[in-house]
Amino acid sequence: MADRIEVGFKKGIRDALGEKIKRRIRDNFSLPVEKVSTIEVCTIEGGLTKAQLKQAAAGPLSDPVIQNFAINKPLAGDFGWLIEVGFRPGVTDNVGKTAREAIELLLNDETGARKISVYTSRQYLLHGNISRTDAAKIASGLLANDLIERHLIVGHDEFNFICGLPAYVPHVLGEDKPAVEEIDLARFNDDQLLQISQDKLLALNLEEMKAMQQYFQRKSIVEARGKIGLNENITDVELECLAQTWSEHCKHKIFNSQITYTTAHARLTIDSLFKTYIKGSTAQIRKAKGKNDFCLSVFVDNAGVIKFNDNYNLVFKVETHNSPSALDPYGGALTGIVGVNRDPFGTGIGAKLIFNTDVFCFASPFYKKKLPPRILHPRRIYEGVREGVEHGGNKSGIPTVNGSIVFDDRYLGKPLVYCGTAGIMPAKLNGKPTHTKEIKPGDVIIMTGGRIGKDGIHGATFSSEELHEGSPVTAVQIGDPITQKKMTDFLLVARNRGLYRAITDNGAGGLSSSVGEMATYSGGCRIDLSLAPLKYPGLQPWEILVSEAQERMTLAVDPRKVKQFKDLAKKMDVEATTLGKFTASGKFHVLYGKKTVAFLDMEFLHDGVPQLKLAARWQPPKNKEPHFPEPANLNKALTRMLARLNICSKESVVRQYDHEVQAGSVIKPLVGAANDGPSDAAVIRPILDSLEGVVVAHGICPRYSDIDTYHMTACAIDEAVRNAVAVGADLDCLAGLDNFCWCDPVKSAKTPDGEYKLAQLVRSNMAIFDYTTAYGVPCISGKDSMKNDYSIGSTKISIPPSLLYSVIGKIKDVRKAVTMDAKRPQDLVYILGETKDELGGSEWLAMHDAIGNNVPRVDAGRAIKLYRSLHKAMGAGLVASCHDCSDGGLAVALIETAFAGGLGMNIDLNYVPYRGKKRNDYILFSESASRFVVTIHPSVKAKFDKIMAGNVVSEIGFVTADGLFEVAGINGQAIIKERISKFKEAWLKPLNF
Amino acid sequence: MSRKVKAIVLTGNGTNCEMEMAHACKLAGADVIDIVHLSELLYGEKRLADYSFLNLPGGFLDGDDLGSAKAGANRFLHARITGHKEILFADLIDFINAGKLILGVCNGFQLMVKLGLLPALKNNYTSQSTTLTFNDSGRFEDRWVYLKGNEQSPCVFTKDIDVLYLPVRHGEGKFIPQSTKILNALEKKNLFALQYSNADGETTMEYPANPNGSVQAIAGICNETGRLFGLMPHPEAYLHRTNHPRWTREDLPEEGQGLTIFRNAVNFIRSKEF
Repeated sequence: MADRIEVGFKKGIRDALGEKIKRRIRDNFSLPVEKVSTIEVCTIEGGLTKAQLKQAAAGPLSDPVIQNFAINKPLAGDFGWLIEVGFRPGVTDNVGKTAREAIELLLNDETGARKISVYTSRQYLLHGNISRTDAAKIASGLLANDLIERHLIVGHDEFNFICGLPAYVPHVLGEDKPAVEEIDLARFNDDQLLQISQDKLLALNLEEMKAMQQYFQRKSIVEARGKIGLNENITDVELECLAQTWSEHCKHKIFNSQITYTTAHARLTIDSLFKTYIKGSTAQIRKAKGKNDFCLSVFVDNAGVIKFNDNYNLVFKVETHNSPSALDPYGGALTGIVGVNRDPFGTGIGAKLIFNTDVFCFASPFYKKKLPPRILHPRRIYEGVREGVEHGGNKSGIPTVNGSIVFDDRYLGKPLVYCGTAGIMPAKLNGKPTHTKEIKPGDVIIMTGGRIGKDGIHGATFSSEELHEGSPVTAVQIGDPITQKKMTDFLLVARNRGLYRAITDNGAGGLSSSVGEMATYSGGCRIDLSLAPLKYPGLQPWEILVSEAQERMTLAVDPRKVKQFKDLAKKMDVEATTLGKFTASGKFHVLYGKKTVAFLDMEFLHDGVPQLKLAARWQPPKNKEPHFPEPANLNKALTRMLARLNICSKESVVRQYDHEVQAGSVIKPLVGAANDGPSDAAVIRPILDSLEGVVVAHGICPRYSDIDTYHMTACAIDEAVRNAVAVGADLDCLAGLDNFCWCDPVKSAKTPDGEYKLAQLVRSNMAIFDYTTAYGVPCISGKDSMKNDYSIGSTKISIPPSLLYSVIGKIKDVRKAVTMDAKRPQDLVYILGETKDELGGSEWLAMHDAIGNNVPRVDAGRAIKLYRSLHKAMGAGLVASCHDCSDGGLAVALIETAFAGGLGMNIDLNYVPYRGKKRNDYILFSESASRFVVTIHPSVKAKFDKIMAGNVVSEIGFVTADGLFEVAGINGQAIIKERISKFKEAWLKPLNF
Repeated sequence: MSRKVKAIVLTGNGTNCEMEMAHACKLAGADVIDIVHLSELLYGEKRLADYSFLNLPGGFLDGDDLGSAKAGANRFLHARITGHKEILFADLIDFINAGKLILGVCNGFQLMVKLGLLPALKNNYTSQSTTLTFNDSGRFEDRWVYLKGNEQSPCVFTKDIDVLYLPVRHGEGKFIPQSTKILNALEKKNLFALQYSNADGETTMEYPANPNGSVQAIAGICNETGRLFGLMPHPEAYLHRTNHPRWTREDLPEEGQGLTIFRNAVNFIRSKEF
């Protein structure tokens, strides 16, 4: 028996959510909905008395000033259609959990003597002349995600106005008895082995299945297993554990494969891209930096660690959460951000989190063509992802300081959701360095935070595949930022008191991964899955082991400190459960109660996966060269460019992220006279009584991949470094992170062009090596996501190869930081760096439906020299504004600098240092790398010129007070003349919803 | 020897601005500044009675899942202190009756309003008469706003404040009183300590200068003694020149404007009036 409490707004109180939904229905479906009102519903189990229900409704569940409530009867009065949306069984219901806790406290029933459960749902009352079909379209197209939510549509005439809707409880059914399945792999032939991998969503190939088959036939293994009561059959727990540990997601098999790379001129064998180019470049840079090497922990932990100053270290990690975001944009993105939060938090001894950064790649939200099956409309993905990251970041109290949104319709099949988080930790704590991990045999394994459910099962293996018909719903999780915040509050106290020895997060692969990886420090472990706290009964042992239920950290605790640790956890209302012990047995030993359910050699588990052998073949593409004349009206051309999705303002998204919490904000994402100019990078002060700042920036330019991923990568690295330098970062203290999102680069029937895609990957890695070593900006961590394809029926959509390069660095005195907005009339405008007719892959050509071939190339030597000179000029206080030239080139950088300052500009293109075919539009819109627009006060010209001597720089105009943006072309005539407000309007509008 | 100012900054369960609140208290010259987790109060390890200035920082108590600070208010009203008979709320009322200061920012303000600590007309601290709810825009927003001080207000925190510039960062900041009667009483007693205004200090109902559609452009209110004060904007987010969104283009003093509110509090506690 369950009861329903409905809460709605009183008459005359504005229903802002209802209004927002109405706007979206009108925007997205063009349906004549006149009004939407909302009603919140709590369905409560636990046999509360009438008086208790009333107490709950009038207490924590409603606001007496603005809301009404009704118990077991409906609030809904006048409406055309009523749509109620609630979660499906087992889906995380954060509001329901909070409501339950509040009611327990209210009824003074914390002991749990009475079992109360609360499930939330929401009613939308639609007014307007729409049909049932329309209502159904709104329900599944906007209000409910049918994967994780159920909805009910009731017409006015069908509704029972006395009783309302019956209480419905989404129980997880099927309380199976825990059982362990055994499989005799020896019996199966190759085809059957592959079938098992496919049926069980293991995402393993034949060689990997065979490696398992062979392992379980080894005599020594069979004997050892016999002693603990297992036979030569693999258990489902072992199979799932191996599949997770060996997944592409966790093991990066493509990055570690042996690749034969062939071009027209050469053939090269590469033993692991990761070791050769990424680890290899970092090792070389560290050696070259010698005493000035700031890297402390690279590639070995959940995040990279560098030195900030003598007292503090910085920790940084960027992850992607693409596949879950495709299925459930809100839950996927929310989990993405709170998930990456746990990476720096679980690095070394644990770091306090200081900022988030997000980069999204979407198809156009105005996409008009028919959508393939299982694909959500890009507008819905955009809104859902934005909101997921908003809730994840804002509620965790971590400022979102930097980001981008990149648009390309090839992200229709899989959107990319890059989420990054940095932390800060004291360099030493309780006399020990904080960036390393140590675990001793005998240390107790404790899991803290959330409970385990079926959520996120097969996340690691699922993201190692393309999105297909059978992609599992359970792979979607919904994060709970407050449970996580409570846990991190507790763990920081425990850390400072030295109550644990080591920490790691439960992300992909759950306990299997966290315990498995930690066990490598001691040399083994023994855990009992029956001890794990569950959200609801009925989980099988293998599910407990690989569940990716959120908000959990795993710790190694000295047995002498377990009591203190657990007492503190209890006090701070955080669940902490002992699961077992770390050992030196060499075994990953898992029990369920007294029975052993997995017994694997640590060595086999971690190093047993066979190396892939792959072929890559590079054949440079030849794109059609576009032929269009220089437009007669460049005013109009620039206006159109500013309205392009990759260039226009992202203010509506930025504003919805708290970018100032923790109060260290120095350079915000939005700057300038009207607080709306687009910053190049962020600067924060993590230590409030110090003026030392952290700089964060990124580069991403997937369009260039259509020409050559080598130059795409070089440009991304240069863009990241350039953005950081633009706000004042010291080039000698910059570290990078590489995040590859690729389409499947393994040749197969499904991917006939795999060798080309793999060659693209090889070339990208080669550029990482070449440019990070040239810039002295080492990769300290990174991640790859290799299966960003959609494949259902005959439709295959692959993303363009996308590399996000993020940088973190330092500025010694934040008061030297520079923003991008023009400051004063009469200031001189400079272009730094040379412009070439490098239009290939540019927004300008994209606007003309072309790609071209002449992709921007980075001259690292000249770039570094320029960056050093600019940094020196900034240090001397000579630079009034500095803005990097990227998408849309010089023209866009100039006009943004002007309108962000609320000032006009007078520019002469004849002074722009330029090489190549001379055309005004080429000079204006070329995306040549390593360039800035800088303004300086006329009085410092001599000093500035002196510092910049030896670089390609040129004074090209001046800032004006009249609000006009005027450009003289190569023939001396005025080619652009328009009010900045006109341009700004075009730039502000497209995504302002 | 002036009186010691002992500030407590409360945290836990989703609060997230405790560090900068504590920093503001430090810059304002408080003698003792303790960041205290709610559990420390509930376990009797720390006592409210030992402090003179209670800071309730911003954040998302329990995720604001039941409406901003609703579940948080429920906890304050019903949680018991281990080893004591009384509930936490009783300690809070004692604190208020002792004439001590409470500052609630953003989620802290929402908490005070939902508990009834503000505006607490006729010193009734247990009945909610106003609320803070969803912005008219239907969205969370981070933006800087101008605030007009009310020189007639008894608020000790906003003394001598004419115009302030501070960031708001909330989704539920629209102030609504239960009735016109309440609104009139607030106006008559000058309990609107801060109102959203344009850059010239004229109060406004226009978005985005008024970021949420608050009735009478109310951004912050105090109780009749002026010792309890809550506001949606974040004074602790503007403690240094470089926090200002236009610091690279305007001549600004090194110290941020938000500090004034904390300094007023500290000075008041040191004064004879306290």
